[in-house]
Amino acid sequence: MSDSSELKIDITTPDGAELDRGFTGLVKGFALCTVFLLFWMTWVILGAAIPAIQTFGLGFFLSQDWDVGALIFGALPYGYGTLMTSIIALVIGVPIAIAVALVTSETFLPIWVRSPLAALVELIAAIPSVIIGLWGFFVLIPFIDPVQLWIFKVLGWIPLFGTEPTVGQGSIFVAGVILAIMILPTIATISRDVLIAIPTELRSASRALGSTHWETLFRVVLPTAAPGILGAITLGLGRAMGETMAVTLVIGNSPQFTVSLLNLGATIPSVLANQFAEALDTLHIGALMYLALALFGLTLLVNIAAVMIVKTLEQR
Amino acid sequence: MSYSAPNDSGSLYPDAPAAMRVTNLSFSYGTRLVLEGVTMPITQKHVTAIIGPSGCGKSTFIKSLNRIGELETQVQVKGKVEFFGQDIYSPKVNINRLRRQIGMVFQKPNPFTMSIYDNVAYGVRVSGSLPKRALDEVVESALVGAALWDEVKDYLSKSALGLSGGQQQRLCIARALAIKPKVLLMDEPCSALDPIATRKIEELIHSLRSELTIAIVTHNMQQAARISDYTAFFSTDESQIGQMVEFGTTTQIFKEAIDTRTQDYVEGRFG
Amino acid sequence: MQTTSETNLSLAEDLQADLPIKRQLFSYGMTAIALLLTALALLPLFSILFSIVQQGLPQLSWQTFTTLPSPTGSVGEPDGFGNAIIGTAVMVGMASLISIPVGIMTAIFLAEFSQGSAIAGFVRFVVTILSGVPSIVVGVFAYGVIVLATKEFSALAGSFALAVVMLPIVVLSTESALLLVPTAQKLASAGLGASRFQTTFRVVLASALPGIMTGILLAIARAAGETAPLIFTALFSTSWFDNLLSPTSSLSVLIYNYISLKVLLKNIIWLGQRLWCCSV
Repeated sequence: MSDSSELKIDITTPDGAELDRGFTGLVKGFALCTVFLLFWMTWVILGAAIPAIQTFGLGFFLSQDWDVGALIFGALPYGYGTLMTSIIALVIGVPIAIAVALVTSETFLPIWVRSPLAALVELIAAIPSVIIGLWGFFVLIPFIDPVQLWIFKVLGWIPLFGTEPTVGQGSIFVAGVILAIMILPTIATISRDVLIAIPTELRSASRALGSTHWETLFRVVLPTAAPGILGAITLGLGRAMGETMAVTLVIGNSPQFTVSLLNLGATIPSVLANQFAEALDTLHIGALMYLALALFGLTLLVNIAAVMIVKTLEQR
Repeated sequence: MSYSAPNDSGSLYPDAPAAMRVTNLSFSYGTRLVLEGVTMPITQKHVTAIIGPSGCGKSTFIKSLNRIGELETQVQVKGKVEFFGQDIYSPKVNINRLRRQIGMVFQKPNPFTMSIYDNVAYGVRVSGSLPKRALDEVVESALVGAALWDEVKDYLSKSALGLSGGQQQRLCIARALAIKPKVLLMDEPCSALDPIATRKIEELIHSLRSELTIAIVTHNMQQAARISDYTAFFSTDESQIGQMVEFGTTTQIFKEAIDTRTQDYVEGRFG
Repeated sequence: MQTTSETNLSLAEDLQADLPIKRQLFSYGMTAIALLLTALALLPLFSILFSIVQQGLPQLSWQTFTTLPSPTGSVGEPDGFGNAIIGTAVMVGMASLISIPVGIMTAIFLAEFSQGSAIAGFVRFVVTILSGVPSIVVGVFAYGVIVLATKEFSALAGSFALAVVMLPIVVLSTESALLLVPTAQKLASAGLGASRFQTTFRVVLASALPGIMTGILLAIARAAGETAPLIFTALFSTSWFDNLLSPTSSLSVLIYNYISLKVLLKNIIWLGQRLWCCSV
């Protein structure tokens, strides 16, 4: 007793307690600012969209007229363009991305080829989308035009391919192809991580039962990785729906609605990119805001789905 | 390297021929030599235990017997591993067919993320299809053989991941048994299990012995003494390269080992 | 022993037989397909790099970095995009000033101060969602907040949009860099009597610094390449950067405008052809 009183050891108020508390509050405040941003975004876009929501209601998405002069707005061509370009992107991009994920994670190639290959594919994600659009316009469109003409000649009786492609101007189809290129690194990189995380014991067990490498991949590895790959695809879909510049430069930007994928078209992001700077009328701005709100909501849903998929995977 | 017992015509089991015979086997991962000069038989319808301190190459050795070690990295093999007289490292041998003849159970239970039934049926399905009824029979007899049938017969379509660790390991044994291998290799099959589950696996090994040739790697000496007929003791030399020190009947190795290193190890003085 | 040698023979046949042709085809076929698809995946990348180098390199001169774009139709005048370089630098710089401190603070909260609380889970969820918001929507948001309020396209609005784009990237990459710091180091610091503030700044941030820098560079690279959030916030300008409240040029929008002009030209030619055909 006498010892401690002489030494005057005080452990009740450590140095810097106020500083600590203040700093904790500060970082928490910043974190809440970040959260607030998402709600602010929703509020601002919703607020500006209200004139259009009140005027057009939900019928907005089923109407195909978009006339700035007459102030009549319908979103069908853009919704259709967004949907179709995303579907084409997934149909083309997913098999290639999974092939890349397998080649870069499995032992088909020696490690000194595999690692640079994976880095190169990731590099695609680092190219600004306007550069990809530039390339799409000058290189990809001339390359795909003959393919489109051929599709039209052979499959022209199907409404989906029922219009003659406009040479040199792109189409919904070209936009889908360019989106496939852009979502490929997202899907491939995440799928690769998922595949690498699969325990080697599972592969060994399958190989020890006499199955070949590919039998093991299809029967054991890919089914086990399926939820993670699905999450990766969902994230890719989210990117595809919101991608703007590359699409704007190769889709032709036509507000005319046709079913044909070989025709010029537009997506929600492309019409926003094209018209926002020149929009003056409140209703025109409102209609564009309404489109942005729809895109925002859709990508939000898709991304939440992706997060959920990844979460359930982590819990397993 | 010393022999306490003649290989095939050993005093204890005079009639047992070898299912596998390893002659002067050296094994390297890339350029790193991990195992050198192993010569020993795996006797038919008996249990051969491989014991030794960690890092002695015993796991590498058992993985060389069905050529599963070469999955992970480039390997170099010198010497000979014969399986009923066939050199398994001969370029003519089809590795997938070889592995169907020599089953394997791994250190950690590794059931596939599918149902119990699909796990057991996996090996059969890979090599072709059987009619439903025949497949049912194969699955049932494999599960019975692995002493798991009574516990899971009502849950065959449930995920295998819901089983306990011990049950999972017996499921993996059933999965290996379903394609009727001639030899079963076990790489420390009980190291991840509790004593009760370990006990069950040991009983299972005991009952399988009359039908099957088993080689088992274990770090547990009591286990080797309990379940095996023959024992090989592996250790490392000064340059950390694994080698077989002594091979003999289990009784000989544990009671009257010739090499002092073996004596030290089985008496618990190192390792 | 007769029987043994017979079984040995049949065993030899079994071991040496090839797999059924179906299984072999599947193996070789799938390997070929996978390698082919991977090559296909890399084709656009190489094509893009090749076209940029082939088309861009001959045009490159010091002048292009230091002069304004020449008026359309003029010949012989110096032609460059110096103003766009400065515009991009100004806006990315402003965006960094906002997003890097806020992002790092948020990450510190997530990694060091939240102790797995529900609120941290929610913050992380929102940040992840924020990182998935299309950049064009971020542009719309900045338009709604700043352009509609000030009635003017401006560098400020562009910077704001870029900051929102950068923020989640900074948070997520910083958090993962902070989480890589071994707990043992934090415990050692706390064990020596350091407060959490001291531990965070002297131990955690110091050892996570390289990772944080990588994340910041990624965010800056991303912002510098963004076009969608700028086309209707900062808009465009053909003169030098003037002040934060006036339209400002950027590299990405410059590229976009040039192609758009070309598309427009093509459209007009195409329309003309159609008209001519019709009249004939």
